[in-house]
Amino acid sequence: MTDTDSRLLLLSPQDNVFVLRAAIKAGETIRIGRLDITVPDRLGIGHKVARGAIRDGEPIIKYGAPIGSATRDIAVGEHVHIHNIKSNYTPTHSLTEARETYERNRAGGWHD
Amino acid sequence: MTELGTALRGYERQDGRKGIRNVVAVAYLVECAHHVAREIVMLNRDAAHVIGFPGCFPNPYSQGIMERLCTHPNVGAVLLVSLGCESFNRYKLEQAVEESGRPVHTIVIQNDGGTRRSIEQGQRWVAERVAELQSAPTVPMDVSELVVGTVCGGSDGTSGITGNPAAGRAFDRLVAEGATCIFEETGELIGCEDIMASRARTPELAVELRHAVEKAATYYATLGFGSFAAGNADGGLSTIEEKSLGAYAKSGQSEISGLIKPGDIPPRGGLYLMDVVPDGEVRFGFPNISDNAEIVEMMASGAHMTLFVTGRGSVVGSALSPVIKIAANPHMYERLTDDMDINAGRVLTGEADLAEVGDEIYGLILALAAGEKSKSEALGHTEFILTYKSFEPIGPACLPV
Repeated sequence: MTDTDSRLLLLSPQDNVFVLRAAIKAGETIRIGRLDITVPDRLGIGHKVARGAIRDGEPIIKYGAPIGSATRDIAVGEHVHIHNIKSNYTPTHSLTEARETYERNRAGGWHD
Repeated sequence: MTELGTALRGYERQDGRKGIRNVVAVAYLVECAHHVAREIVMLNRDAAHVIGFPGCFPNPYSQGIMERLCTHPNVGAVLLVSLGCESFNRYKLEQAVEESGRPVHTIVIQNDGGTRRSIEQGQRWVAERVAELQSAPTVPMDVSELVVGTVCGGSDGTSGITGNPAAGRAFDRLVAEGATCIFEETGELIGCEDIMASRARTPELAVELRHAVEKAATYYATLGFGSFAAGNADGGLSTIEEKSLGAYAKSGQSEISGLIKPGDIPPRGGLYLMDVVPDGEVRFGFPNISDNAEIVEMMASGAHMTLFVTGRGSVVGSALSPVIKIAANPHMYERLTDDMDINAGRVLTGEADLAEVGDEIYGLILALAAGEKSKSEALGHTEFILTYKSFEPIGPACLPV
C-alpha cells in the first residue's frame, strides 16, 4: 500500500475503508495500490472510500472495529457512506434528501 | 497563555472542593420565572449566570441536579427566582445552598410585587454579592483537585481522528497527575462495549460499563433515532457505531475507575464514565436533547470545566463552568477561529501530532484554572439546559474501592 494516495488515511491495518485527510474535487484521481480511480463527486474531509471491493452485507471496518454493514456491493475507491452502508444498531438520520429537494425547488422557483 | 507550572489558586468551599470561578448563580425554578432571572443578570453578565429548570411538574433528578449546580465549586452565591406556584421544591434547594455556606436568597415573584420589583430586588442582591465575591480570598490549588469533563458535539469524520484522541491525551496526563476526568454519552459508545469493558478497574465494573451501553442501545432503539444528528452525516459519519468509536477516543488510555450517573461526585481522582441514559422504561423523550444538557450533567458531577471537541463547529459555552472548544476539522477552524480555542485539525494537515495537541489542551486547562478565559467564555456564552429524566442510584460495583 506504499503506493496509496497521501490524502487517504488508513487508521488500522484491518480496515476496509480509508479516511480522507483533505477534500477531493469531482473529476480528481485518487491512487489506491496500483489503481487510479476518478472521483465522480466531491468528497469532503473526513469522508471514507473503500480500500478494496466490499460485498453487500459485509461489515465495514474502521479503527479496526465494525461500524456497520454494506447495503450493496461497493467498488474499490467508491465513496462509503449512508447510501451504501447502514448501522447495525439504529438507522442514521440525514437531511440530504430534504436539502436536495429544497435546492431543486429553489432553482426551479419552487414550482417543479 | 499562562506558563505551565503557574501556581493554581481556587476559591475554597465548605465541602473541601475549590472553585476556579466565583460566580453568582441566578436560578429560575420554572420557565415562568425565566424572564425575571434573565433581566436580573443583565447588569452583571460576566459575574452572574442564569441557570434553571423550565418544568412545572416535580422531578427528583432535576431537583438533585439543581442542588448540585447551586453548590458547584465555581458558584459563590445563589439567587433563586420562583414564580410561586410551581412544583419545584424551593425550600429544599434554599436549605441545601445555605448549608453549603453560600449566601442564598429567594425571590418569589407572586409575593414580591411582580416582574419589575422582583427584577430590581434581584439586581440589588446580585450587585452586592458580586462585589463581595470579587474580593474573596483564594487558596493554593493542585492539579489533582481539578475535575474536567469532556463532550463532543457537531462531530464529523475528523473528530475521531484528531480532536477526540488529542483530548484523550490531555485526559491521560491529568489522570496520571491525580485529577478527575469524566467522559460520557453512553449512547455514543454503542459498538465500543468490548474495548471499553477491557479497561475497567475490576471485572464487576466491566459488567456495569457493558450494561450502561446496552441500556443506551435499547433506549435509543425504542426512540427510533441514535444519538446522531443530520450534520454528522454531512461530515462523513455514516453510522452511530462509527461516531461512537471516534467519541470513545476522548477517554484516552487510562484505566476506568468507575461509573457515575449525573450528579454523582467522583470519590477520588481517576477516569469515570458518566451514564447519562435514564433508567427504567423510556420516559420524557431523548436523554440529552442537545450538547449543553451534557455539559450541565458534567457540572452537576463537579466538573470545573469541559473539553468540547467539534468537527462541524459548535459555538456554545456554558453557564458556571468554562468550555474549551477543540476544532477537529482544519477548514472549520479557519471559518470559526474566533470561537475555537485549539486547532486539532493540524493533525490532518501534518502541522502537529496528537501528543503536541494533547499537550496544548493540557496547558490551556491549567491556564483556565489559573483564571484565563476560554473563547466562548470571553464571548459571553452562558448556554444552559435542564430537562426531565429519572435514574436509579448506582450500585456498589460502579465505584470499586
